[in-house]
Parts: sequence; structure tokens; C-alpha cells
Amino acid sequence: MDNEFKREIILENFQHPFNKDGNDELNYEKVNSNNESCIDNIDIYVNIKNNTIEDIRFNGEACAISTASTSIMLKNIINKSVKDSIKYIENFMNMVNELEYDENLLNEAVAFTEIYKQQNRKTCVTLPYIGILKILKKYDKQ
Amino acid sequence: MKEYRYDFPMFNNNIIYLDNGATTFKPNSVIDAVNDYYKNYSANAHRGDYTISYKVDVNYENARKKVADFINAEFEEVVFTSGTTESLNMIVNGFFKKLLEPGDEVLITKSEHASNVLPWFKLAKETNIKISYIELDENLHVTIENLINSVNERTKVISIAGITNVVGDERPIDEICKFAHANNIFVVIDGAQLVPHKKVDVKKSDIDFLAFSGHKMCGPTGIGVLYGKKEFLDKLEPINMGGGMNESFDSENEVYLKELPNRLEAGTPNIAGAIGLGAAVDYLSKIGMNNIFNYEKKLKSYLVDKLIKLSYIDIINLESDSGIVSFNIDGIFSQDVAFYLNKYNICVRAGNHCAKILKKETGIKNSIRVSLYFYNTYEEIDKLVELLSDKEKIMKEMI
Ligand SMILES: Cc1ncc(COP(=O)(O)O)c(C=O)c1O
Repeated sequence: MDNEFKREIILENFQHPFNKDGNDELNYEKVNSNNESCIDNIDIYVNIKNNTIEDIRFNGEACAISTASTSIMLKNIINKSVKDSIKYIENFMNMVNELEYDENLLNEAVAFTEIYKQQNRKTCVTLPYIGILKILKKYDKQ
Repeated sequence: MKEYRYDFPMFNNNIIYLDNGATTFKPNSVIDAVNDYYKNYSANAHRGDYTISYKVDVNYENARKKVADFINAEFEEVVFTSGTTESLNMIVNGFFKKLLEPGDEVLITKSEHASNVLPWFKLAKETNIKISYIELDENLHVTIENLINSVNERTKVISIAGITNVVGDERPIDEICKFAHANNIFVVIDGAQLVPHKKVDVKKSDIDFLAFSGHKMCGPTGIGVLYGKKEFLDKLEPINMGGGMNESFDSENEVYLKELPNRLEAGTPNIAGAIGLGAAVDYLSKIGMNNIFNYEKKLKSYLVDKLIKLSYIDIINLESDSGIVSFNIDGIFSQDVAFYLNKYNICVRAGNHCAKILKKETGIKNSIRVSLYFYNTYEEIDKLVELLSDKEKIMKEMI
């Protein structure tokens, strides 16, 4: 996939993010991901029932990469089981950390396959993943 | 001012550095002074009976004299610290903690740096003093009228930046001190963004306490200054106890401390830093603080005049008169702009710039900040503006 296409995926998800309308009224479980070295600040709201992510939304202020990364992550785990979501996330993190990963599981997240080359943007890409993983692991144990 | 660039080895890296509010580059004279200490007379201060240690004493105290002259203070009124942050914490915890009583009020503003907010918040928790805010005007400036309106009979301290680090507004310090002293109120000035850019005369302005950092004025990191009027510094309790600051001690009841300023400098000081700061002060004085301030003002106007023509750019601090310009680009996150400019070796800061309570006031959470120094040039501004003039290009290259 060429870089131009990857860039378009990121830009599209930044300008028209998926489910970027989370709020406290939803009464979902909420996790904040922020990062002091960068200034992104994202809240993710997730509703897990019967070990399935029934709904997931977000909100906040963040850079293009973080916003796009969150949008794409949400698309990839909504309506998935907790187990499959964790599998998706771990695969994604492997990709970012230059370990072995399965490209077929990424969908739009392929846009980030070369992001590790920009060290200072790695934190932006992984920002939403870190918080949500904590919640999912909690459910996985139940 | 372009000729001064040759004094700065950092410019060999082909960088356009516009983050001088964070820290500044160092001229050769400062680097050489630090190296000279480490290479040629690397001994401790205040305790040697041999030539190189004597030289340390002379040069360390000489640096203090240079700093004192630079701000028109007395020699013993200049205490070396690690920076603005430590100086402010010493002022709050060493002086005001003892002096203030529950219910007393400290006035700050919503545009202060964290270093001038958090020490006060902590004290407020510990002692039940109250923190109040001087209301900012529509340009986010402090006016004397608003200050007067914020003061009441419990107001004991006004603690504010001389120039703020996001809005870049200069506070009318002379008038503030005059009004404050007429009402028995102390004035603490956070000089981190002021002292590097504008001549400060603590006597003429009648400032009670002043804090600033060496690294923001061409000096080394890890060195800063606490200035206080002698009568107040004398009452400032040392937070650190140890060597170099005591006269003698036998038991816990018989500890005798040295005179100012050593009383407040426990332990081996940052000798290299102080000597480097002395060299920085020499360097700035040679250029002339008025030349520096006026040039930065011109450079700032030049930048603002160009940015204002770009419809998608919103400048937050149009009215301020220092070399700080904070702005946002419509629809683009500030950090993405910084990443984009970084691809062209241009360093700007994105974020909330450690002034987190400001966002409530302005509704603006983050911004891009350009902060200039005397070594920046019109050509650098042209390059910056050229890169910001094409929004499509920013969108395309920011990721
Ligand atoms: C207004 C202001 N106050 C305080 C500080 C803190 O200075 P330092 O980190 O050198 O202690 C800064 C530096 O960013 C500042 O801009």
C-alpha cells in the first residue's frame, strides 16, 4: 500500500472520526488516555455486555495521528468479543513495536505500519490502546 | 542582531529555533567559561586552602556580583538556586509559610506558570491561606484597576510573572509594587520570561522577591537566582540544611548559620552553572538589554503582521508586547503543526505551556507558541510564514 493511501486513511479518520461523540451521560465505563510528553487527551467510553463490546465511543482533543488511531481502533473492536479485541490490540502493539504481527487483522490500521520510523509519533498511535487494554483485561478475567 | 549568531555553535546545526521561552542556546563564551572551570580549576568552593579552590571562590562570588549588578541588587541579595522553580518554592515555603496566617490571601492570575501556582496551592492546603485571582482583561492582561479590585484587607502577597509564558504580556510591575507596598502587600515576581528579555532594576521597581532561570538567558541549565530584599531574605528559613551554610554546630540547640547569601546555599553549589551564568550576564550586557527588548518587539510585529493575513490563523495574544506569539490554525491540532514544522528543522512549542488554569479562562486548551530571542532573524520568520501559508501543505505533511 502506498504512503499516499495511508495518509488518506489517517486524514479521513482525523476529519471524520468514528463515534467521536462520547460523553458522561452514556453511563459507560470511561477511560482517560493522556500523555504528558504529548498533549493528547482522549476519553474512551465503552459498554461491555456478555463479554462483548456492545458500544464504544470517544471524545477529547488530540493530534491527527491519535485521533485517527482511536477512530480506527474503535471501528476494529466494536461488536467484537473482549477476547478478540485483546487479540486485535496485542497484534497492533506488536506491529508498532516491530515484532511479528498479522497484517490481515489490522484493516484500516495498516495506515500505521510505518509509524515506528517516527519515534516521536509512536506515543500518539498507541495512546488509545493503552487505556482500553486495561479495561478489557479486567473483563477477560471475569 | 544577526552578527551574534556566530557566537552560538547550535546554529551550525541548521536549526530555526523558535522555542526560546522553553530554553535558549548558549554562546561560546558561556560554554567556554563552564569548560574552563571543569578543565582548569575544578575544585570545590568555600573550603579550599589551595590555589585552584581559591580561584573557584573568586569566580563563583564574582558571578554573583555580575548577576547582582545585572538586576541592580546588592551582592548578598542574590542567592543561587537551581532555577525559577526552586527559587519560588523557597520563597513560598521558607518565607511566606511562617508569615501568613489562616485566612490571609495570595493573589495570582490564571495565566501563571505551574511553578508560580503549585507551591501556593500546596501552602493553601497546609495552612488554610486563600488563593485568589486577579481578573484578566479581554486581552488576558493584568490592569491596575483589576488589581485594585481584587485586593482586600486579607491580601498579603501578589505573586505574578513579569512576562507570562503563553500570552507574553508584560505586567506593570512598578505600579503594582507601588500600590502593593502602600497597602502592606508583598510582591513576588516570577522573572523567568522577563529577566532574559528586558532590563530589570529591582531597586527602581521596588520588587520584594524575584525568581529567574539561567538557561532561559543564554546560561547553563540547573542554575537560577532567588533575589530578595535583604530584610526579607534574612528571615527566609533555609529549606536545605547542610555544609557550606552553617557557622558551627554542637548539638541540635546550638546550630549557627552563616550570613546571607551562603546561609541559603547548603551543600556544594552548582559552581559551573553559576560561573556560566556570570558569563551569560556579561554577554547579554554587552549586547544591551534595551537593544534586545526593542529588537524582539520589532521581530514580533513583523511576524504578527504576516500571520494576521492568513485567515485560518487565530492569534491568541495580538496585544502583547514581548517576543511571544501564540496561535492556532483552524482545524489542525497544534501539535501536528509543530510536527510539520519540525520536518523543516523549525522548533516551536505546542501545548498548554505549563499554564493549565489558563485554559478555563480562554477556552483555548492548546496552542502553538513561537518565542523569539535576539538571535532570531527576519529571514527565519519569512521561512516560518512561508511554511504556514499553505494550509493544504500542512494537512498533507503533518502526518
Ligand atoms: C513564566 C515561567 N515561570 C517559571 C518557569 C519555570 O522555570 P524553570 O523550569 O527554569 O524552573 C518558566 C519556564 O518555563 C516560565 O516560563
